[in-house]
Amino acid sequence: MAGAAIYSLFIINKSGGLIFYKDYGSAGRMDTNDSLRLASLWHSMHAISQQLSPTVGCSGVELLEADTFDLHCFQSLTGTKFFVVCEPGTQRMEGLLKFIYELYADYVLKNPFYEMEMPIRCELFDLNLLQAVQKDRVALLSR
Amino acid sequence: MIGVGKLKQYTNVLDKPLSKGKQEVSLSAFAFLFSELVQYNQTQVDNISELERRLEDAGYAVGARVLELLCHREKGNRRETRLLGILSFVHSTVWKVLFGKVADSLEKGTEHEDEYMISEKEPLVNRFISIPKDMGTFNCGAFVAGIVRGVLDNAGFPAVVTAHFVPVEGQQRPRTTILIKFAEEVLQREARLG
Repeated sequence: MAGAAIYSLFIINKSGGLIFYKDYGSAGRMDTNDSLRLASLWHSMHAISQQLSPTVGCSGVELLEADTFDLHCFQSLTGTKFFVVCEPGTQRMEGLLKFIYELYADYVLKNPFYEMEMPIRCELFDLNLLQAVQKDRVALLSR
Repeated sequence: MIGVGKLKQYTNVLDKPLSKGKQEVSLSAFAFLFSELVQYNQTQVDNISELERRLEDAGYAVGARVLELLCHREKGNRRETRLLGILSFVHSTVWKVLFGKVADSLEKGTEHEDEYMISEKEPLVNRFISIPKDMGTFNCGAFVAGIVRGVLDNAGFPAVVTAHFVPVEGQQRPRTTILIKFAEEVLQREARLG
């Protein structure tokens, strides 16, 4: 296995603005503009997929499988979307996304210095996120 | 014996002992309320020291009430009159009731005779709070400092109490130290009492 299973993590607010972006793999690094563009692109695609879906009450794409990566997406009830880009076939990403949502609820939303819908700059969130991703990595390596 | 194994019936509500109270509240509920308190005060001030002062004042009111309650509930209507007594009362009794545990440490300042420090690795109020870089050394522990000042002041130990971040070796997060500097009269009284 070359490098990490998770390539990158995005969090976008309900209007499609990128509020958090983190790179984990060495491959496919993006500059700020590209990550912003990709985030709002995903936001629109997600919205369109809801309309196009043949199933009633569809909540949008949850997993996109491509040749070189998987994209797992989790949308909270308030419309904030969390998505990770990872190695194809990586398991248990839903669990990780839910956990990241928990961290967001704890360390971002309970922080009085965070402004809603704005980019996330919280030391404690970064710290705990790093731990969570590292733990996930260890669990993957020990399989 | 009469009344053993049976709950005592009180005809008069005033004869009932003061209840222990509910020991636990939701941490999330507290965190959101505290966050709102900070955000509200932030809209009312122009600078950080003013914000610190307002948080401290909010804590002072809590401290004054907590002292009254705990003297009655835990101490049988007695109040500590000696310096070390009141400090350990704050460090253990007050901390336990407010935060569910005793404070991590209580130390005497090395440089000054009138300074004492209560340190906490991760204070409850700071559990979810990250201070932005542009706010410098601001610490929401100012609220806790206010509580301590409220207790001490109302017990007859006027002091200046401040909260500081202190970096710890080998730790990513600094700890919070509540620095207590007693007024001169307190130390003079202590010396007289011997």
